[in-house]
Amino acid sequence: MSFRIGVVTFPGSLDDRDAARAVEMAGGTAVPLFHASDDLKEVQAVVLPGGFSYGDYLRCGAIARFAPIMNSIVTAADHGFPVLGICNGFQVLCESHLLPGALTRNSNLHFLCRDQKLKIENTKTMWTIGFKQDQEILIPLKNGEGSFQCDDETLNMLESEGRVIARYVDFDPNGSRNLIAGISNERGNVVGLMPHPEHAIESLTGPSTDGLTFFTSVLHQLVGR
Amino acid sequence: MAKIIVEVMLKPEILDPQGQAVASALPRLGFTFAKSVRQGKRFEIEVAGDPTPAQLAEVEKAAETLLSNPVIETYVVKIEK
Repeated sequence: MSFRIGVVTFPGSLDDRDAARAVEMAGGTAVPLFHASDDLKEVQAVVLPGGFSYGDYLRCGAIARFAPIMNSIVTAADHGFPVLGICNGFQVLCESHLLPGALTRNSNLHFLCRDQKLKIENTKTMWTIGFKQDQEILIPLKNGEGSFQCDDETLNMLESEGRVIARYVDFDPNGSRNLIAGISNERGNVVGLMPHPEHAIESLTGPSTDGLTFFTSVLHQLVGR
Repeated sequence: MAKIIVEVMLKPEILDPQGQAVASALPRLGFTFAKSVRQGKRFEIEVAGDPTPAQLAEVEKAAETLLSNPVIETYVVKIEK
């Protein structure tokens, strides 16, 4: 029996199908979840995909936060349920206060689409345990509002607790504080990442297959439970 | 009819690249007055009749939970006749 991983579709989600495909490639069963329902359909983990939920109106992720499915996800996440937010999904996690900080407009104001090198700095979270410490990976980055911002106190907390899971290497794409590309919550079950691992799972279409490890990581964690 | 106005601004310590872009465009048009520019959002909310204290309290709550993100933004609520 393979594990069921939900992928939420909000109005304006773009990468839900790629995320579902990544789940399947990693050996899981992808279960489509819909924003307007609070039913998690007995999934064992959830991916919040990239895109422009609710047109990015107001602030990115601000309206998605109040979708019925998010109530169920926030409650489950508080009990250790694994959640990965990619790009817009990361923005939704910050707006939902499952992760600290906020994502703001790229410092150069440009929408950026490039293959980005990252360093994986925390390999203890449910979504990164398959990586080697300080492993460098190459996956696509594509966003207009990817600049991670928070106050000094939050930044110190994230750094001292080792909750920066990935950092941009060789190039600063958006002015994020301390070049932060991804963070986790205290427990390591909730991870937000600006770049897109689901677009780097096959050599035919991606710059690498490094992204697959996020999805295999959580499946291995579920097996061990 | 009175309107309830909610103005949302990025906190001073949060980088505002949009405001900076406006600030650097002004001198190109010959406007030299600006030392800096910060860009924010303004919500105009119509209610039936004059806003009641209860409605204003509700608007405060909405401003804090939805209209602004307290992590990066501040807001003010005003009444405009």
